[in-house]
Amino acid sequence: MQKRLHTFSFPRAAWECVFGALRRVSYGSRLATAGAIVDAAGRGAPRLRSHAARGNEENTAERRLYVSSVILILVALFGVSGPAHAVLQIEIIGGVESASPIAIVPFGVQGAQLPEDIAAVVSADLNRSGRFKSMPRENMLVTPTSPDQVRFNDWRMLNQDFLVIGQVRPDAGGYSIQFTLFDVLKGGQLLSYTVDSSAADLRRTAHRIADMIYQQLTGAPGAFATRIAYVTSLMGDKGKRLYRIQVADADGFAPQTIVTSPEPIMSPAWSADGKRLAYVSFETKTSAIWVQELATGRREMVSNLPGINGAPAWSPDGGRLAVTLSKDGNPEVYVLDLQSQALTNISNNRAIDTEPNWSPDGGSLVFTSDRGGRPQLYIAPSSGGSAQRVTFDGEYNARGVFSPDGRSLAMVHGGGGFRIAVLDLKTRAMRVLTKGPLDESPSFAANGSMIMYASKAGSEGYLSAVSFDGNVHQRLSSETHDVREPAWSPF
Amino acid sequence: MVTNKIYLTAAIMALALAGCSSTGDKQDAGAAGANGSSLANTSGYGAGGASSGYGAGGGSGFGRGGSYTAADLDNPNSPLSKRVIYFQYDSAEVMPEYVSIVTAHAEFLAGNPSQRVTVDGHADERGTREYNIALGEQRAKTVANMLKLQGVADSQVQIVSYGEEKPLCMGHDDECWNQNRRAEFAYAGH
Repeated sequence: MQKRLHTFSFPRAAWECVFGALRRVSYGSRLATAGAIVDAAGRGAPRLRSHAARGNEENTAERRLYVSSVILILVALFGVSGPAHAVLQIEIIGGVESASPIAIVPFGVQGAQLPEDIAAVVSADLNRSGRFKSMPRENMLVTPTSPDQVRFNDWRMLNQDFLVIGQVRPDAGGYSIQFTLFDVLKGGQLLSYTVDSSAADLRRTAHRIADMIYQQLTGAPGAFATRIAYVTSLMGDKGKRLYRIQVADADGFAPQTIVTSPEPIMSPAWSADGKRLAYVSFETKTSAIWVQELATGRREMVSNLPGINGAPAWSPDGGRLAVTLSKDGNPEVYVLDLQSQALTNISNNRAIDTEPNWSPDGGSLVFTSDRGGRPQLYIAPSSGGSAQRVTFDGEYNARGVFSPDGRSLAMVHGGGGFRIAVLDLKTRAMRVLTKGPLDESPSFAANGSMIMYASKAGSEGYLSAVSFDGNVHQRLSSETHDVREPAWSPF
Repeated sequence: MVTNKIYLTAAIMALALAGCSSTGDKQDAGAAGANGSSLANTSGYGAGGASSGYGAGGGSGFGRGGSYTAADLDNPNSPLSKRVIYFQYDSAEVMPEYVSIVTAHAEFLAGNPSQRVTVDGHADERGTREYNIALGEQRAKTVANMLKLQGVADSQVQIVSYGEEKPLCMGHDDECWNQNRRAEFAYAGH
């Protein structure tokens, strides 16, 4: 595959743009000694209390101390490490030539300093999409905060196509954020909104603003205000490994641990409404599938039959889980009705059948099977029925996931390493998007624009993302050094 | 049937050694119920006795014929101290050099019907995680079937596959992968 490297062309050579404050969240006091420790991770949930208090000075100072507030945008450099404080830090290591230049002016603030830099969050989001390159602040000659202060020539001179300005006013118990998007070339206003936000929600509000700008300029919904779940494995005290599922904003900020166990945890999967996660935990010394409500931390074991209980995937209607069970001897894909507990065998084959994923319309399941001798992807009706093989390119194709529009499958493609590939279900064209050698667990952004996946290098496991067209590559590094199995939330 | 077992006859020594250690005192109080689902057993599992015992092996001398006792599980000179066997890539077949280890555990279990074992199956990191869970289960299942063919009761054997989730070796090369494709015999409290 021909790889086009970033073609950002900022006028400055110094490329470290300080974009935003990054909290460091500590979970030290909740280490599990026996059993799994469950935490809630919803808006307003107990684990988020520190957010609510973020407006005060003490917190702000603490944040500054802990934080690295840097997101490095690295041009033509792979594997350059950044500041050690970031929990998940994103490096854009590829770009598209057509990325639109956009200036996002620091928002005007009335009253006390804001706990979040809204413009910085919006800039970072838009940069991550690969569709935009935001202007470094130090290059801005003027910093208008209201439409009457905008002179389009200022920005034309700086080769900007678009301009975003805004103002933040303290409101009853929160903030009122007014922002405007301009078309610099045409000299007109494209979008203007006022959004209310609590102090605790400011980052999320900034992501929503980025979503609105993205949608206005690309025609596709943004997926910046979504979240990611992922698994970490970390050596704890006494040389014992601890496994966790964490949920963070899609940009890696504000990670919350939702479950911790000394035994492996794997395969997190979002419900379609984004309120629950299903996952596999070995905390009982056998595999079991759990469903956990994020807001409350309440959870329930939904399958612990003899043998494998694995690979949960939610039906789009939220009422069923596709799972892998080996209760009758060999791994088979089943649909488990969460209400009636009824099981329907979907794969019906003596080979290994696993890793089911639902089509967006709920009508089909794709799964991995080695019934042909090697693992390949098959699609079967979700009500049961015969399966059709859909991958023929290469000797290892596994863990297929449908794109949100249902037209493509992303998968792990083996052969000279393991890489992420996308199959167009109509044309049957296969495109390999990543370089490997050990890439796995592809997960689509809700708008289909990006695929997040897990990579390995040295002793590190880290998350990466690639745009659907394969042109923009990002790496999310982590201080925990073994991060894997990203699952990108729905809208 | 491959029978390349080497049995030296130091049965007297073995019994003498066995007599020296008691089975009870090593058992974690919390795990005393031998409940395989209790997390209190974790310490026994991760203690590394299994892997360190392996390789230190050498010519241990023990008699055969179901003469193993639970004390042998804690005896570093007993074949029962070998708790890990390894597999070739993409294979669940027990290689000839490991048959004697499986047989020793079969003899112990068949001769001690109250004892239970969990056979853990593992895979190397190549390929997808859930598919590797399936591969690890095939390995555990092959070993469990060998045990049962040699007289071990179904109720004595549990299997669990951890796939690639519990590597012994963290590198991304053949050397590590060889160590990680394995099955382990886990006895509660030993």
